Amino acid sequence: MALTTATSTKTSSTGESVSTKSPRAWLQQALPKIVLAPSFAITVIFVYGFIIWTIYLSFTNSKAFPNYVLTGSRAYQRLWRWTFESDPPSSWYTSITNMGIFGVLYVVICLALGLFLAILLDQKIRGEGILRPIYLYPMALSFIVTGVAWKWFLDPGLGLEQTLHQWGWTSFHFDWIKNKDFVIYTVVIAGVWQASGFVMAMFLAGLRGIDSEIMKAAQIDGASTLQLYRRIIIPLLRPVFLSAFIVLAHMAIKSYDLVVALTSGGPGGSAWLPSNFMYEYTFKRNEMAVGSASAVIMLMTISAIIVPYLYSELREKNK
Amino acid sequence: MSAAVSARPAGASTMNRIVIYGLLAIFAVIYLIPLFVMLVTSFKTMDEIQNGNMLALPQSPTVAPWVRAWGETCVGLTCAGIKGYFWNSIKMVVPAVAISTLLGALNGYVLTKWRFKGHKLVFGLMLFACFIPFQSVLLPMATILGQFGQFGKFLYNSTGLTFGFGNPTVNLVFVHVVYGLGFTTLFFRNYYEAFPTELVKAAMVDGASFFQIFRRVLLPNSLPIIVVTVIYQFTNIWNDFLFASAYAGSGDVMPMTVALNNVVNTSTGVVEYNVNMAAAMIAALPTLLVYILAGRYFVRGLMAGAVKG
Repeated sequence: MALTTATSTKTSSTGESVSTKSPRAWLQQALPKIVLAPSFAITVIFVYGFIIWTIYLSFTNSKAFPNYVLTGSRAYQRLWRWTFESDPPSSWYTSITNMGIFGVLYVVICLALGLFLAILLDQKIRGEGILRPIYLYPMALSFIVTGVAWKWFLDPGLGLEQTLHQWGWTSFHFDWIKNKDFVIYTVVIAGVWQASGFVMAMFLAGLRGIDSEIMKAAQIDGASTLQLYRRIIIPLLRPVFLSAFIVLAHMAIKSYDLVVALTSGGPGGSAWLPSNFMYEYTFKRNEMAVGSASAVIMLMTISAIIVPYLYSELREKNK
Repeated sequence: MSAAVSARPAGASTMNRIVIYGLLAIFAVIYLIPLFVMLVTSFKTMDEIQNGNMLALPQSPTVAPWVRAWGETCVGLTCAGIKGYFWNSIKMVVPAVAISTLLGALNGYVLTKWRFKGHKLVFGLMLFACFIPFQSVLLPMATILGQFGQFGKFLYNSTGLTFGFGNPTVNLVFVHVVYGLGFTTLFFRNYYEAFPTELVKAAMVDGASFFQIFRRVLLPNSLPIIVVTVIYQFTNIWNDFLFASAYAGSGDVMPMTVALNNVVNTSTGVVEYNVNMAAAMIAALPTLLVYILAGRYFVRGLMAGAVKG
């Protein structure tokens, strides 16, 4: 019995290996694609398919629930109208104005501060190993924790203002976090605190990568430290500037949590960014079509920055 | 080491050095203050908070706020602390990180060592997915997850089990795997790009199969990038708020970030600042710990997303 089974298995297995040789070879050939296929399909469906779905929704008049009857560009027309409704400001006007203020300040200050700290740290500093992690740790925190910490720190009754009053500076006044005209700047402060250390790390890596021969040559030619940095080192850091800009710009446009945790939207929604606008209109105000339209505008803004960058990155590798 | 310094004249002014160290110290203090205030406040009594100085050390340190935050504070209407939400986050993070890392490794392997026509386009499409604002997929995903829930109910009615369909934690795992794939693929692709193809070819000649090469040749050499990817994904998913609030925004299924936001922004009763700060510290601890233990890899992960090649 046992013997027959063994023989039969043997024959069948040899028979199989002969008959399936070509399918197996085919399988080996196709296997890489089969392995990649699920991830690719997921990306196509859940990223690109969903983006098309969102675009479609923005052309309907969906309110609390999706409605799939196309009704034209009404949502965009409303956003367009709101774009110029500055007195009293519409939520959309506030959101995009805030985006401008936050985006520019966040990116510029992070770049400037990051470069400044990196240059300071690059001066053969004792204790660099202690300082670097101190500048960088906020990046490990969630925006919610950052928001909670800064909300407390900037609170006029509990935080900085009260502390300085106790120390005798009683005329000190700092209530930006409760002021509808200035609340967005507190988002900038907390955002810069969180991300500037990371930019510092990027610049530091860039500085360490610069060929020391170039700098020696410049110094032999009599360049001062300032000239050295302005004329030689900073121009050499251009790729780092670009990478840091890309990272910061897309983080700025995606910012959502920080506004929620730090300001709860600010007085009367005065701290909203487009991401908050999208969330509120879609899930709280039952204006799904308008929310979708704002999401599409956010996507297009990011694409305008990212697509050329990715295109050049991937093309360069071809060479 | 940069040469800007090595060529510095020997008698460089001490003044310069003092200014540099002074500036660095001031910035260090600025970066540390929020964490310091949060930590100090979490060990103070409410009395001391209201009458004392924010920057002062606690006069009679107490762990009561931490105990309250962990097991007693109110999140919405339930007052059982944040411990349940902490575990929700753990249950979400572990599978999401494991699955997305494994898939990323396989994708990176295929995209570098088994190239096919159009591999660049596939990678480009997956890479772009890293940068999209998630608002542009938020609503369709909500609809699909709703369908999953319906399907789960149907399964439950017919078999008595939902197989995870409609479970908010499973939903979030799914969402984080889907939108984390771009990053994990990017990490592994860039890493395997530099891995000598000759080794793979040699293994192929020896008759090793696709998976054998992956398991025996690439995986044993992948520890650094696995660490980077795991840390990056862990931090991102633990800290996520948008997906968590959209798909598990209420009830006892909330992840940690949403629960913390609810604790802090609750408007009922007296605001217990010390408890809020303790809760924030608890929410921050896992990622801070990872950062302290493996900061080098943490930074490398952040940069891999930016400086490619």
